[in-house]
Amino acid sequence: MSEKQTHAAPPPDDIHVELKGLRKAFGDKVVLDGIDLKVRRRSSLVVIGGSGTGKSVMLKCLIGLLEPDGGQVIIDGEDTTHLRGRARDRVMRKFGMLFQSAALFDSLPVWENVAFGLIQGRGMRRRQAREKAIETLAKVGLGPEVADLYPAELSGGMQKRVGLARAIAHQPDIILFDEPTTGLDPIMAAIIDELIVSTVRDVGATAISITHDMASVRRIADEVAMIYKGRIIWHGPVSEIDHSGNPYVDQFIHGRAEGPIKMDVSQK
Amino acid sequence: MNPLAQIGRVVLHLLAETGRLAFFLKNALLIGLTPRWYPRQILIQMIRMGYNSLPVIGLTAFFTGGVLALQIYIGGTRFNAESLVASIVALGITRELGPVLAGLMVAGRVSAAIAAELGTMRVTEQIDALVTLSTNPYRYLVGPRIVAGVITLPLLVIIADIIGIMGGYIVGTRSLGFNAGAYLKNTVDFLEMQDITSGLIKAAVFGFIIALMGCYHGFNSRGGAQGVGRATTNAVVSASILILAANYVLTSLLFAD
Ligand SMILES: Nc1ncnc2c1ncn2[C@@H]1O[C@H](COP(=O)(O)OP(=O)(O)OP(=O)(O)O)[C@@H](O)[C@H]1O
Ligand SMILES: [Mg+2]
Repeated sequence: MSEKQTHAAPPPDDIHVELKGLRKAFGDKVVLDGIDLKVRRRSSLVVIGGSGTGKSVMLKCLIGLLEPDGGQVIIDGEDTTHLRGRARDRVMRKFGMLFQSAALFDSLPVWENVAFGLIQGRGMRRRQAREKAIETLAKVGLGPEVADLYPAELSGGMQKRVGLARAIAHQPDIILFDEPTTGLDPIMAAIIDELIVSTVRDVGATAISITHDMASVRRIADEVAMIYKGRIIWHGPVSEIDHSGNPYVDQFIHGRAEGPIKMDVSQK
Repeated sequence: MNPLAQIGRVVLHLLAETGRLAFFLKNALLIGLTPRWYPRQILIQMIRMGYNSLPVIGLTAFFTGGVLALQIYIGGTRFNAESLVASIVALGITRELGPVLAGLMVAGRVSAAIAAELGTMRVTEQIDALVTLSTNPYRYLVGPRIVAGVITLPLLVIIADIIGIMGGYIVGTRSLGFNAGAYLKNTVDFLEMQDITSGLIKAAVFGFIIALMGCYHGFNSRGGAQGVGRATTNAVVSASILILAANYVLTSLLFAD
């Protein structure tokens, strides 16, 4: 459980990913309203925040699936905010992402899902990629017998594992996890968290995760950032989360209905 | 409601849609049809579009050829021109009915299937997942479908031509009392290469339209299962209308001289 503390302590100023004043709106609905965030190399940051506060949108802006309206995304010191074409491809190779919905390709068997980045993205031969995929599946605790199944034949927990394997197969530098354990039972959630911690350490990557689950936060985070109304309102080491002195963070981690955070539950 | 505002809204909607389609078309051509290519995907799509459409195409062409023979015979007797049945069936099938009917039948099957597949991929974030795996979705999904459409439709139309003419032949010889040898001779003598090629050119364009409309509506679908359903219907309707419109334009261009 406490193994994650063995992360080699990165030099404090080695910033891998930085968001500066990131803004994104859909129509007149402002979702991100100036996000500032720094993530150190090889650290594991967990972003928490209520439903619909823009956590997924933030990740999608970071990786380049959505183009922000303002602000900057800086990866390895390079401004990647508005890259296109080949330059975007080059930066995209640094990333792996596990989607909230797993987003497995349902027309392809499990092994081709895992090997997809290797075959299509890197041009690896199919036979070799298949071996590599089976190797990666083993890392997430799946045997070679699932390799030829289709995603629809798997349970939710297995799909998340396959999604995890797909995200790490090409050994990315930065891995994004969007709610990796939502919808899983507590034991499976703990297993997935362990896998995240061990695989991220294994490939030596920087991890940015989103979750609602405080147990997961404590298992996978080195640092925690809380997003509220389109901004980061608290950011600190996971050890300080219980005495952050921030009423928003307190309300969230204790799951209280009463507090400074007002959920918009009105029906339109 | 102010009727002017209504008209304005419709016009704006139409312009926005046209803009979106133009943008999609640009990406489909400039990204989708440039290397790197995915020959495996093209092959898979050709098999899905072509092989699985064969029964529909075969039956449609056969009955159409037969009906054409009957109708032309009935019309022909009024002018003592029954002998023209064989040649008119051949011309009608190769120049017009083969490509148009095959196009419409395949539009119903294939545009819908493409829109449903890509629409589902869109709403379940599979298209985003492709991008994160360094694969351009225009190149991996749209390009192969368009290439497959442009190649497969002419192949299907060749088959439709043959089966359609055969349908006319069977009706002509079995129930209208034509001599088999004379019927075949009339078919071959009057048919020119240009009749066949013009039909195949039409077919290639229809194949492009079918794949493009399926991909466009699938790519732009929003909002879960309902959105995918809408995309599917829109793909079939727009592909069918565009096929009929393109058919008119192509006919006037191809037979201008
Ligand atoms: N493509 C889009 N078009 C329009 N609005 C969008 C789009 N994507 C997200 N939104 C809106 O942005 C807001 C934030 O969405 P987001 O998915 O980032 O929330 P989240 O914090 O990830 O929530 P959850 O924890 O439920 O996943 C939502 O109100 C959503 O409706
Ligand atoms: Mg989300």
